[in-house]
Amino acid sequence: MADGSYLKGFGVTFKKLFEDRVTGDYRGGKGLAKGKPDEKRPKADRLHGRHVLNRYEDGMEKCIGCELCAGVCPAKCIYVRGADNDPEAPTSPGERFGYVYEINYLRCIHCDLCVEACPTQAITESKLFEFSFTNRSDAIYTKNELLVGDDGKPQQLPWEDWRAGEDQMTSGWMRATSPAGDHRYEGMVHWAGELGYGVREPEPGQSADGEDDGGARPVESGTHEG
Amino acid sequence: MMFAQDPLYTGDWLGDVVITAIKVVAAFTFLLVAVMLNIWFLRKVISDFQNRVGPNTAGRWGILQSLADGIKLFFKEDLVPDNADRVSFKLAPYLSLVPAFLVFAIIPIGGDFNGDDGDGVVTIFGHDTLLQVADPPVGVLWFLAMSSLAIYGVMLAGWSSGSKYPLIGSVRASAQMVSYEAALGLALASVLLVSGTLSTHAMVIDQSGQGPAFFGIENILPAWYLLPVGVVPFVVFIIAGTAELNHPPFDLVEAEQEIVGGFHTEYSSIRFALFFLAEFMNQITMGALLVTLFLGGPNGPAFFFPEGWWIGVFWFFLKLMGFLFLLVWVRATLPRFRYDQLMDFGWKLLIPLSLGWFILLAFIQIGRDEEWSTTQFVALGAGLAAAFVALAGMLGLAIRNARNERIDEMEDAHG
Repeated sequence: MADGSYLKGFGVTFKKLFEDRVTGDYRGGKGLAKGKPDEKRPKADRLHGRHVLNRYEDGMEKCIGCELCAGVCPAKCIYVRGADNDPEAPTSPGERFGYVYEINYLRCIHCDLCVEACPTQAITESKLFEFSFTNRSDAIYTKNELLVGDDGKPQQLPWEDWRAGEDQMTSGWMRATSPAGDHRYEGMVHWAGELGYGVREPEPGQSADGEDDGGARPVESGTHEG
Repeated sequence: MMFAQDPLYTGDWLGDVVITAIKVVAAFTFLLVAVMLNIWFLRKVISDFQNRVGPNTAGRWGILQSLADGIKLFFKEDLVPDNADRVSFKLAPYLSLVPAFLVFAIIPIGGDFNGDDGDGVVTIFGHDTLLQVADPPVGVLWFLAMSSLAIYGVMLAGWSSGSKYPLIGSVRASAQMVSYEAALGLALASVLLVSGTLSTHAMVIDQSGQGPAFFGIENILPAWYLLPVGVVPFVVFIIAGTAELNHPPFDLVEAEQEIVGGFHTEYSSIRFALFFLAEFMNQITMGALLVTLFLGGPNGPAFFFPEGWWIGVFWFFLKLMGFLFLLVWVRATLPRFRYDQLMDFGWKLLIPLSLGWFILLAFIQIGRDEEWSTTQFVALGAGLAAAFVALAGMLGLAIRNARNERIDEMEDAHG
């Protein structure tokens, strides 16, 4: 107190009054009717939001019902039950498909481990985080809600707050968290076979500190022939 | 029929009733609206201090945010805990709220005090009256009485909740408020020494116009009590007042990190809203009292003389806003006191300081009344200064001794 540091503190806070604000005008969409759009900052490339279940270009589901996502989930929020495909009219290209697929968003912590575990890149995360529910059963998303539409974009459910452009790049996480983060995958976009969304510019890469560890080279995934 | 000691009442009892009723309703409405705006003001300004936007959705610039909060609180479930003492639990919010309203009755918020005949009287419907609900002869003692009563609200709320955190909170609250009321009262007594009256109206008249000439030089400064009383009681009043309000950095009473919500932890719905209302209303009344006691109430600066009662209202609110801004500024700057720091600060610094200043003012006042010569002033002043130094030294010694003993005790206890 004797050195006047208390008064110095008052000066510090007073200066803050004239600084730029770090937050924007955000009203959760409530100002839209009056022509006041929400100010939003651009989302991070690897933001973890609500999941989507992807499909191949021909409309087949990628999920093969292997339950690896459910096994790896630390919050135990995923419930999967696989079933055998009908050979006449298969749901997915393999032997089995995800018969039941549920994610409980009251438990999900958006850690993205399910996405990393998925061998077919069936489950990825969109950037949507503005969704809320008024009852517990609404919080459990089933395959009906999670599966992408025929255009490959996530479904926009009534209680979710989607804005223009947010349904793009649903699997933009992939390069960072999959083996594709390795320097040998630099400049490669290798999850072909999606319905036209989710491919983004390759990341700069890590070749400076990278050494070839003799690991697996990228396979041309998504070369599914129907 | 007698409502309040007001010399302006003419005996035309119907007129008196109507005028009093109008003033009461106006003050009531004003306080409610002012609290709403005060909460919004706090949230907006503290956002500015923290580089945020703050409330922006309800109404323009979020100005209706507190109204929306109030409506939400009103419709929430009203819980009374099983262990609660039901009567006290329900009574406590009103014990907090009612004094907060009543204190404002003695605050003059406007009127024309300029010139020789400026007595702040306004005429409503042909009746002369003052722009304050009542001007009782006890004046500011009414404030002290009411703020003491408000402690009961907090204390009963914590005790009757039948739960431990509220109890701790209310014990802290009552200890803190009683301690700082001493410093507050001494700062206030310094003002009374100078004013010579308890009536707020008389004080405001006394503070109008220019200050007395000083050694023959015309004084362009206003005659506000801040100058003759000195800055020490002013600062002590602000600090002790902040502590009375349980406002940061004195908000140990509601320290979320330690004791949840403090005394109002168990309260919900409209009862919680009442506590909240009382808290913010007390900020306004404390500011209004500070303005009345030290800053001339509705009096503007001496060199500024427009006519009309409204100009008094303007100055009053300008100064009140200044105080409310200061509260937010303090809130944004200072971290919360530790409990022992709080008690040390109150008892060992503020009370001796304001008491010493009170004695000094009394000394000067007596000197003036007895018409002492300069020699007498200097001689007696030197004696007083010596006494002060001796007392301050003894106090410092006592504090050091007590601290050393406590440290020894702790070392004995903990090895």
